[in-house]
Amino acid sequence: MSAELLAASGIEAGYGKVQVLWGAGLSVQDGETVVLLGANGAGKTSLLKVLMGLIPLWRGALQFAGLDMAHLRTDRRVRAGLAYMSEIGCFPGLTVEENIRIGGQFVASAELGRRMKELYDIFPAIAERRDTLASSLSGGQRKMLGIAKALAGRPKLLIMDEPSAGLSPRLVAEVIDVLGRLGGQGLSLLIAEQNVNFLSLADRVYTLDGGRIGFTGSVAEMHDNDALRRAYFGLK
Amino acid sequence: MLRTKALRHTLFILLPVIAVAGLLPLAYSNQLLLFNFVVFLTLAQGVNILYGFTGYLPFGYVGFFGVGAYGFSLAVMHLHLPPLAALGAAALAAVLLGLVLTPLLRLSGAYFAIANLAASQAMFQVVSNPNLTDITKGPYGISLAGVFAPNLSYGVAVAILALTLGTVIYLRNSRFGLALLAVREDSVTAAMAGIDVVRTRTLAWQLSALVAGLIGGVFAWYVSVFYPETVFSPEFSIFAIVFALFGGVATITGPILGVVVLYGIYNAIGISTPQYFQLIYGALIMGLVLFLPNGVVSLFRRWGIDVP
Repeated sequence: MSAELLAASGIEAGYGKVQVLWGAGLSVQDGETVVLLGANGAGKTSLLKVLMGLIPLWRGALQFAGLDMAHLRTDRRVRAGLAYMSEIGCFPGLTVEENIRIGGQFVASAELGRRMKELYDIFPAIAERRDTLASSLSGGQRKMLGIAKALAGRPKLLIMDEPSAGLSPRLVAEVIDVLGRLGGQGLSLLIAEQNVNFLSLADRVYTLDGGRIGFTGSVAEMHDNDALRRAYFGLK
Repeated sequence: MLRTKALRHTLFILLPVIAVAGLLPLAYSNQLLLFNFVVFLTLAQGVNILYGFTGYLPFGYVGFFGVGAYGFSLAVMHLHLPPLAALGAAALAAVLLGLVLTPLLRLSGAYFAIANLAASQAMFQVVSNPNLTDITKGPYGISLAGVFAPNLSYGVAVAILALTLGTVIYLRNSRFGLALLAVREDSVTAAMAGIDVVRTRTLAWQLSALVAGLIGGVFAWYVSVFYPETVFSPEFSIFAIVFALFGGVATITGPILGVVVLYGIYNAIGISTPQYFQLIYGALIMGLVLFLPNGVVSLFRRWGIDVP
């Protein structure tokens, strides 16, 4: 029985007076890959931002690794083992190596050195360009750098907001491949996507619609549900 | 690796600069001019610490310099402290002003620059207020003839320059400096890398204030007679900013290069033929903004030469 890593329930939040999330909740077990599926505007990014403390939580409970995080500052959450990769994901004005070093800010230097070697092995394309500015990388390489940067601090859970954004289908396949390998090594992942190709990674799926969680279950269960199949796979 | 780089920067940048600044008075008799170079080298690096590593452009940077000068002078006049101890008061005054002005960091871009400028002007108005003549000598200026010691104060100024350069070398080669650069680039993404954004920014702000306060205190000691408008002159801010930008901020050598070249030109032709000086200066700055917005050092980087 794996331990519960992230538990969010009854999440209500929004921007100013506009409420976007209406009691959404989700959980991630240790070592699990969870995909949060939803169309544009469903509230995926908002939910992730609440998890990271980037927008305030109005109501609801939020726990990570047994820690109450509801009102913790973003940097504290990161230090507790949460990592977040936004659509931008890296600092374009800094070099590849500097980006990864920033990701590993609070890791001891010897450990960070080892970690960087590991990461360069996982991402050989960015290893070749370690001294160049991140702005000179291609979209796919930037995405890989974003993942490497997020992983430098050895997080317990990596949260990703639309890793497929702006990538060609071939690069999406590459990202899925890398995430699959990382998941296989025991990293927990929470991926918000509208690209159903990411479901191949998922141990469990949540669908988010209008700020509420619709469906929870495995990919197979999702296929069995006619309404969901029509909505997300475009199948009759 | 960062440590070996820091050592290299200390050996090949800090030590030569300090050796030249320290030994040149033996060969060149215009010590006041050399002193001014040391002051601007320090101020330009102070601007570098703030603007280069956090992106806040301090148009009122002279405020810290001025309160440093007054902190030093008041400690000498009223507390009868010896000059070296009075420098502690200069540092304290600048750091306190920094603390009071910390909320300005909530502003960004031009708003910060303007608010900072206004704050420095407010400090000037306070110290030059005739009603405070008993304490600050108001608009009539300070005279510290009793502690006048040009050689010693020059030496202390060089020591402060060394401290400032050391700070910039540290920032260039440390996790803290990298965290600052991350915050400058994008504060939200930096927080998502686990960086305490407010703390790192505030520390850089205070380091920058401290440097200006210390050199302001030594300035008061060295010249020992001055008016409030001397030490609160906006020219200090503008010169320091232009020198730092000319060479290139977030580097160690950029501000040094900026001071040596631009303040050198200023002294070579600015005083004898001010009309040509202004023409050349204006053209230089325009050319810089248009073609090298990241400073002269970026030109070397473009050619593939890594300049620290």
